[in-house]
Amino acid sequence: MRKLLLLLSIFLSFTLIAASCGDDDSADVSTDTGADDSDDMAEENGDGDMAEEDDGMAEEDDGMAEEDDDMAEEDDGMAEEDAPVHVGLVFDIGGEGDQSFNDSAAAGLARAEETFNITTSKVSPNDDGSNRAELLQLQADSSEIVLAVGFLFEGDAAAVGGANGDTNFAVIDSSMLDFGQDPPAPYSDNIAGLVFSEEQGSFLVGAAAALSTETGTVGFIGGVCCFGLIEKFEAGFRAGALHVNPDIEIISNYITEFPDFDGFNAPDRGRETALAIFEAGADVIYHAAGGTGAGLFAAAKEHSESTGSKVWGIGVDSDQYHTVDEDVREYVLSSMLKRVDVAIFEIIKAHLEGTFAPGETRYDLSVDGVGYSTAGDFMSADIIAQLEDLKAQIIDGTIVVPTDPTEVGA
Amino acid sequence: MTDSTVTDESEEEPKVRLTRAAADSRLRQILLSAAAPLGAFVFSLIASAIVLIAAGSNPIEAAKDMLDHASKLEVQVSMINRATPLYISGVAAAIGFKMNLFNIGVEGQYRMAAIFAAFVGGAVALPSVLHIALILITAMVVGGLWGGLAGVLYTHRGVNEVIGTIMLNGVALGVIAWLVRRWQAEGNIVQVGVGTEPIDESGLLPNLNFIPELFGDLRANEELTGMLVIAIVVGVVYYLLLNRTVFGYDLRASGLNPLAARAGGVPPRKMALAAMLMSGAVGGLVGMAEIFDKTRYDPNFVGFLGFNGIAVALLGRNNPAGIAVGALLWAFLDATSDILQVTQTAPKEIIDIMRGVILLTVVIGYEVVRRVRERTESARTAARLAEATS
Repeated sequence: MRKLLLLLSIFLSFTLIAASCGDDDSADVSTDTGADDSDDMAEENGDGDMAEEDDGMAEEDDGMAEEDDDMAEEDDGMAEEDAPVHVGLVFDIGGEGDQSFNDSAAAGLARAEETFNITTSKVSPNDDGSNRAELLQLQADSSEIVLAVGFLFEGDAAAVGGANGDTNFAVIDSSMLDFGQDPPAPYSDNIAGLVFSEEQGSFLVGAAAALSTETGTVGFIGGVCCFGLIEKFEAGFRAGALHVNPDIEIISNYITEFPDFDGFNAPDRGRETALAIFEAGADVIYHAAGGTGAGLFAAAKEHSESTGSKVWGIGVDSDQYHTVDEDVREYVLSSMLKRVDVAIFEIIKAHLEGTFAPGETRYDLSVDGVGYSTAGDFMSADIIAQLEDLKAQIIDGTIVVPTDPTEVGA
Repeated sequence: MTDSTVTDESEEEPKVRLTRAAADSRLRQILLSAAAPLGAFVFSLIASAIVLIAAGSNPIEAAKDMLDHASKLEVQVSMINRATPLYISGVAAAIGFKMNLFNIGVEGQYRMAAIFAAFVGGAVALPSVLHIALILITAMVVGGLWGGLAGVLYTHRGVNEVIGTIMLNGVALGVIAWLVRRWQAEGNIVQVGVGTEPIDESGLLPNLNFIPELFGDLRANEELTGMLVIAIVVGVVYYLLLNRTVFGYDLRASGLNPLAARAGGVPPRKMALAAMLMSGAVGGLVGMAEIFDKTRYDPNFVGFLGFNGIAVALLGRNNPAGIAVGALLWAFLDATSDILQVTQTAPKEIIDIMRGVILLTVVIGYEVVRRVRERTESARTAARLAEATS
């Protein structure tokens, strides 16, 4: 009987967790009624949907052939009057409301919806991610283009994309190149990968940290180590800080190791790690840890208030000055911007214009795919001028930013 | 749980004397056993409908979407693919339950087993049957050892098996994190999403696509997992072992009453260790459908199958057929929750609510059934006793 009780309590706690996760999503649905309605319209109007898909295809062919730009544009106009194009998006685990990665994708989709004549639907995988392939397939059934947010979709998108040649697929954070081939080639003509030069943006915030520190020690907190993505952030940050000050001390720490992805959503552990790094003398810490970053800013406030000397956090992905709680805002020195929203918007645009390109599309400093924010005006004009200079040097190739932290002293 | 099975046993007695009455009571028993899960299902439907109405969605629309979706061949295939590992996981948990051990560690056991099996499978080249057998045996051995570790801690060091297995789950995650980087396949390391060396074609369990293809066409990337056959074998062996062997009898006896079993000459330590080893060995097979499908252990490897298996075992009352029903029900809810998001008729969280309600009401339902059964039993025995004495 005691075991039964234990079992029950475990499942009750699961249910509670599920329920608490659920809040965000149900909120999404309710705030998204505009999209809902148009979706329903499109679905009720099944025939129209089909016809529109044909139009879309024709339009794409025109665009690809580039026979006549004007012609293609005319077709565009025609298609827009006919019926909207349906765009399906599948979030990374956690879905909308993460103040970071997924929300950035949602913002790009929302902007595309305002700009173009499209309808959208957004779905999130289970907590265990077991239904990614099914969700991609379902979205492909009703959409012309399917967007998958996160590199974990790579395998499933390659498989589902291969089986649905009429639908375009785009995956964020994966090049969607088959490295089994030599040279690496796109998995298929309808699959694109949207990747970011995170190391370049991280280089600039690394430089910003080195220019802002008074103790000569800066810190880095990575969410999950050892699967190849977060190391790019660390490498860039290190390189940027060392470029400004070769003698700077850098303390780096990861919350969890692959394949344990909890490190991207552990604000409590982020807070403790940040406090420890601040204790060790750092006064600026950059995080690349998704939801864990909230703990960094809380720690910055805590440490500043208890010691009386101000310490800073640097945000990631979104401009975190605008996304963090208001009472810790004054501790957000800058944020490394990873413009997932731009990538989403651009790929939808490319699809509509018939210029969808399979394989890797890279978003780097030169196209403002990555960058840094100056929200809050915590950095002096002098620092910003230096950062802009570094940015220009990276774009013109004078500075090549490494992607492997071991090359820069890790 | 223990008491109810005792009444099961005592039910056998009158059968000898009155066969008709026995047939009657058998039927009543089956109806009573079915009443709990059926009642729970109906109750959870009602509860979900109320929640949906409160949330402003139309429950009939949602149900229609779910059933429409489930009527598609590829969704049925996906349902069976989801149910297969859940079923194996459920049986693994049930073996522990039968011995009155709560093996919460299937989660760690199947993950450890999967990475070792994927690594071994990717490292060797063998003729097909041998290759597949090697992979499956590796999985069972690793799973069994990891389960056995908790077993030894329990039998020889008195570490409660719940604590032992839950801690070993954490250890397993850490070990896997360490192993995965050492066993990372050669190639582009910056490319995220790489895993262990892929297993050659010869090591992959053939799919069962010929079955769904009798009914229609499948898409190129869809297949019915060959692990279904293994799952059925596991279920049959579990049934035979438990009900047709001395070992199974000893296991059940030790689970029901360790003191009595000990007095009867059944060593409780040995039985507990055996149960943990077997539970772990079966648990080791849970992740194999995924490994054969993906050909490697990668960052996408699906978690929580061990925990969900506990729910499924509970739903099915540790009965091999009951676990299958539970696994299919869970898989149905899983598969159809996807469509709710796309059509946006209802928030997908309604599925979590349904699961929670089903589980709770089933547990309560079984208890109610047990009490009803006990009461009718004692009433009938009393009546028969009065008859005999008069």
